[in-house]
Amino acid sequence: MSDQHPLYAAVLEGDAPTARKLTQAAVDAGEDPQSILSNYMIPAMDEVGRLFEENEYFVPELLIAARAMKGGLEILRPLLAAKGAEPVAKVVIGTVRGDLHDIGKNLVAAMLEGGGFEVIDLGVDVSPEKFVAAIKEHNAQIVAMSALLTTTMPGMKSIIDTLSSEGVRGSVKVMIGGAPVTQRYADEIGADAFSDNASGAVRTARSLIPA
Amino acid sequence: MSALSTTAAPSRVAYRSLAVASVDELVYGKAPNPICVGRGLEIGSGTVVPEINFTLPPIDINETTWPEIRRQYASMIDGVCTRAVALEAPGLLVEFETLPPMTNRPEWGAEITSILAERIHEASDRYGLKAALRLTPNDSRDHIRPPKMRSGPYWDSMCRLFDLAGPSGADLIAIESTGGKEICDEGLMNADLRTMIFALGVLAPRDMEFLWSHIVSVCRGAGITPAGDTACGFANTAMVLAEQRMVPRVFAAVVRVASVPRGLVAYECGAVGPSKDCAYEGPYIKAITGAPISMEGRSAACAHLSSVGNISQAVCDCWSNESVQNVRLLSAYAPTVSLEQLVYDCRLLNRASAGGDSDRLRMRNWLVESDSALDPQAYVLRPDVVMRISAEIIKEENPYLRTRNAVAAALAELKSAQASGELRIAGNEVKWMDRMCRAADSLPDSEEAMCESMRDQLQDAPYLPSEYGLA
Repeated sequence: MSDQHPLYAAVLEGDAPTARKLTQAAVDAGEDPQSILSNYMIPAMDEVGRLFEENEYFVPELLIAARAMKGGLEILRPLLAAKGAEPVAKVVIGTVRGDLHDIGKNLVAAMLEGGGFEVIDLGVDVSPEKFVAAIKEHNAQIVAMSALLTTTMPGMKSIIDTLSSEGVRGSVKVMIGGAPVTQRYADEIGADAFSDNASGAVRTARSLIPA
Repeated sequence: MSALSTTAAPSRVAYRSLAVASVDELVYGKAPNPICVGRGLEIGSGTVVPEINFTLPPIDINETTWPEIRRQYASMIDGVCTRAVALEAPGLLVEFETLPPMTNRPEWGAEITSILAERIHEASDRYGLKAALRLTPNDSRDHIRPPKMRSGPYWDSMCRLFDLAGPSGADLIAIESTGGKEICDEGLMNADLRTMIFALGVLAPRDMEFLWSHIVSVCRGAGITPAGDTACGFANTAMVLAEQRMVPRVFAAVVRVASVPRGLVAYECGAVGPSKDCAYEGPYIKAITGAPISMEGRSAACAHLSSVGNISQAVCDCWSNESVQNVRLLSAYAPTVSLEQLVYDCRLLNRASAGGDSDRLRMRNWLVESDSALDPQAYVLRPDVVMRISAEIIKEENPYLRTRNAVAAALAELKSAQASGELRIAGNEVKWMDRMCRAADSLPDSEEAMCESMRDQLQDAPYLPSEYGLA
């Protein structure tokens, strides 16, 4: 049972030093890096997400679990890359132009990393042109953007319009979020997905990637 | 009057005693140091007055939309003044909180201020409405990372708006200042008490002293009132995160109390109130400084959820809606509707106090008791708790040491309340009380030691120590 493995427990409890040590031990014992990731670490983060959604865990617990996961991933990534394994997907993320509220965006970025995504975080107050340039440079499959203010929300539509005019809309899925943002708004501006919380954003991102 | 003593910094004079003498004197409508502002609006001298704030619906702010934005503000203030007169409001405080483009282009902020002031003066002249206008420039300094707190284009444009406030017709200046927020955000997300205390107890007070010395000087020159600040970007962020079940409520409660020493600095530099409506730490400010306070709660549900909807009203002098978008409801536009709700809230409070001190106290206690056992954030707003923790805070002069005292006292109050059954703390939050107590016990004994202990952790953080006068 993967949930009885000590690495699973180390990630679940956010014990980063132990997670690193156990990851290295598993590698040294000849376990397949992809199996280590898929059998212990990602299920542990899924459980962390479940506990968070059921109000058992708070964000700090979720973040320390994500950090423990990241510690293990730093050992696995070179091995996975050498075998030609790719991250789940690449996500370009940022807050829209004029919006400096990044707590929600940072949470989503941490959770996506914990979920096995490669995250390119552009920070705050990001112009449409910068989003497009990053998507092209990193060949990202998903772009995630957030806004806290009703006055900056329209920036999301500007970004989607720029993706279209720059010819990349067809190759990237658009996720949006933020306090005033709704599914209806996402539909109105032609976004592919909306999430109202960080844990749900990981599920949403997974649903956007072909199996 | 509370006793003051001079600190090392020449512009700041630290409070060393409580302005409110006893818990029964910490009540709504009455402050030890009332003020009179604008068109004869008395605050803190017996009557609670409504404070209305409003904002635009989703709209780009640019040259093309500017005429529409001017029209919307004119329409909002007309609706509000008309309803205030119709309901015979005891007074009206209007807050105009600028949106970022209106601070970054201060002439825009000044233009809207003039529109609002003109309409308020008209209502005052025609109907005798006692009213005042509070201008709250948004603090744009953190629009770049790391933030430049003392120079640069954002600082310059914000200062220009301060300068334009008086000539444009504002009666008071307030602000939601952001000094230290760039570090506090990280502390909040991780529920990391030490980082949060460094931000709130070291960085924020240093910035407050710099900023408020400037604001007070501008206000004195223009003959207007330096009102107050709020820990919105700190403690309200924690409150919202707690409401979303992202951080424990006990942590948000401790952050609220930890924000008090920061807030005090504005008054120690010359602010006289009323505090900003979203400064839920207001009861502490009132107890220590004697300045009147503005508060918000259940009638700010149009802006956000809170678990302190009644208790936040218990010792208020102005009662606010936080903010509401200009959208059409069945009866009228939302700002007008919101004002009506505030007027009725105030009418009830004022009717109770018209019955005498015992009725005022009874009303206060109902407001307190209806919330205080249900949430630690409400519990720390209980007047008796406020008085006890305030007394601990002013035992020190240095803001860091005050913050350390505030945290220790808040944790002790919460533990005791939980043990006695006066406060319900959720099962998954109890372990956080223990974690915070351990973190509080390990805090350094001086500001210098605190700064030193944070040095390595903040090496790559998006902040410039020199912007806070630190090496």
